[in-house]
Amino acid sequence: MMLASLVGMLLLQMGAATRAIHDYNVYHPYTEIDSWMTGILIDNPDIVSIERYGQTYEKRDINLLRIGERTGAMKKVVWMDCGIHAREWISPAFCQYFIKQILQEYRVHGSRMAAMMKEMDFYVTPVLNVDGYIYSWLNGTRLWRKNRSPGTGSCSCYGTDLNRNFNVTWGTIGVSTNCCSETYGGTAALSSPEAASVTRYLEQRKADVLLFLTIHSYGQLILVPYGNPNLTAPNYGQLMKVGLAAAAEMKKVHGMSYRVGTSPDILYPNSGSSRDWARLAGIPYSFTFELRDNGSFGFELPEDQIQPACEEAYSGAMHIINHVHREQFNGSSSTAAAVSVATASLLGALLATCVTVANNAF
Amino acid sequence: MSPALMRVLWVVVLLSAVRGAPLGTVTPPPVILEPVPSVPVPSEPVRVDSGADQNISIPIHTEQQQQQQQQQQVALDVDVMLTGELNPNHYPARRAAQVVLHHLNTRYGSPYWWGALRQVHKATAEALGDSGRKYSLEVTLQDQISGTKETCTAEVVFPGGPAGGPPQVTTSYEGKSEINTQAQEEALYNQYNTSQNLLSGHNLPDSYGHVAPGMEPFWHLGGVASSFVMLKESSENTLYNMAQVVSVTQLATENNQLRFNYDVLLHEMVSQEIIHWKLLASWSPQEGVKASQMELLPKCHHCEPPQEH
Repeated sequence: MMLASLVGMLLLQMGAATRAIHDYNVYHPYTEIDSWMTGILIDNPDIVSIERYGQTYEKRDINLLRIGERTGAMKKVVWMDCGIHAREWISPAFCQYFIKQILQEYRVHGSRMAAMMKEMDFYVTPVLNVDGYIYSWLNGTRLWRKNRSPGTGSCSCYGTDLNRNFNVTWGTIGVSTNCCSETYGGTAALSSPEAASVTRYLEQRKADVLLFLTIHSYGQLILVPYGNPNLTAPNYGQLMKVGLAAAAEMKKVHGMSYRVGTSPDILYPNSGSSRDWARLAGIPYSFTFELRDNGSFGFELPEDQIQPACEEAYSGAMHIINHVHREQFNGSSSTAAAVSVATASLLGALLATCVTVANNAF
Repeated sequence: MSPALMRVLWVVVLLSAVRGAPLGTVTPPPVILEPVPSVPVPSEPVRVDSGADQNISIPIHTEQQQQQQQQQQVALDVDVMLTGELNPNHYPARRAAQVVLHHLNTRYGSPYWWGALRQVHKATAEALGDSGRKYSLEVTLQDQISGTKETCTAEVVFPGGPAGGPPQVTTSYEGKSEINTQAQEEALYNQYNTSQNLLSGHNLPDSYGHVAPGMEPFWHLGGVASSFVMLKESSENTLYNMAQVVSVTQLATENNQLRFNYDVLLHEMVSQEIIHWKLLASWSPQEGVKASQMELLPKCHHCEPPQEH
């Protein structure tokens, strides 16, 4: 028994040693991302697990990395997904960077990340639209956006826009009924297996999800719910406050400006987005990140910009993550704390007055 | 203790029990405007539908499909557009500002000067009745090559009526402040002003964002020439960028202008469509860039490469 586990450990170590170091500054085809995920698991078996939570139209697995200390209890969750739109290659690149970064920080004894991983789990899907991503690596189809489900009826084009397929005011605005269109919303809400996988998986856990982050490009934006202008999030003010603070942090890194607002305000109205689904499901913080750039390279962001793009996106994401963590675990948010402090001092002042009055009265 | 003071204390006690986010909806901060807008439904560029559908057999003969088309159209007609002072970070100002950029590229662009929108500072819009709508803007643009920034004011008129037509732009911009692109331009012009070894290239940038060494000026030139197309195709419902030069092929010089056949992919942000255009770009340091023979190519739905598993 001892010998078997020793041999097992040795093989794992050898595997780790011979495995090529993953280059975070180049774009990787899906097979390499898949191998990398296995490598992350092997290198961090104490806090990483891989969960298969769905299948694409072409029957490929949709996997997430679950990262956090195992406490046995159900923990609070930070959700991040990348690669919902195939051509936005910087997005899966960011998920890879993000995972590398949080693991690195976790290993620093006494770090904030180490504390957060005790209390929260990170669920990160490096590539959600696996079929689409693979298709965008083929010759001549680099700018593919949608999934790869075939058209129906008399419409022969492929693909549903996954970010128009979620069941929040589905099919109402900013979406096309033409299956050849890039914003085709599907035959029905959640008709795509990819979108349905996300909702099915999170429905059971939504009470524990603190933050839903979905990563896109391009445009340099932080979008808050909702995409339909007729819906307003009850915590719109708070979402804007946190989003604007995140954008301010991002600008400090490399000077890039990110605009913040609802999609109908700063970009275009749309319906059926995953961000909207998350907010409506009760997840309090839900954001879309549109990463670099502003249109010079667009979807084909040069590889030498991967690192700076990821660094600034990481600082923005971490600002939001730190905020939700603080709000959940350190008593209260700063606003509520301020209210408490103000109330306490007011009460104190009134009691003092009371005592003085009472003293004078008697 | 006086009853008044008691009442105050009760109020304070009750207030201190409130925690967390306020209940109920909070409306977004109002934009200064009149009347209260409903956000326009982004229309797919009409050309895309007519051009793109050439290769598809989607017979619009069922009643349901006809109704759907009409419904989308109804949504567009009923929308009320914003007038007055606009939020410069919101999309109406940004789309108008992008039109300014395309205009400036057609006027001042070259293989060594290619403008991009950096910031919108101020924007207002007014309705011109049947003549359309006018935007007044203050924007900062940036040359993507040297990084130099310039601020200018501009007016954009989107013509009204069924005929439509391209937007009309005027600006306070007086020309590039630095003249040192002249030497580079002349060197490039002289290098390629021969009938030997006509230049050709493709995929600028490639899938990884790389532009082959020595090809950057022709990527920039493609972007500038594309601005002619993007300018004439723009409306208040579009936001165009060039996604990629698919191919560039030099033709023989004519009238002292270098000439290139370009095959480009444009990205229209609102519809998210990739739109394929061909054009002929001519350029010289003296004349600047001109685009002609602009032709929309249909979206190729049946050009699906074999699947890899």
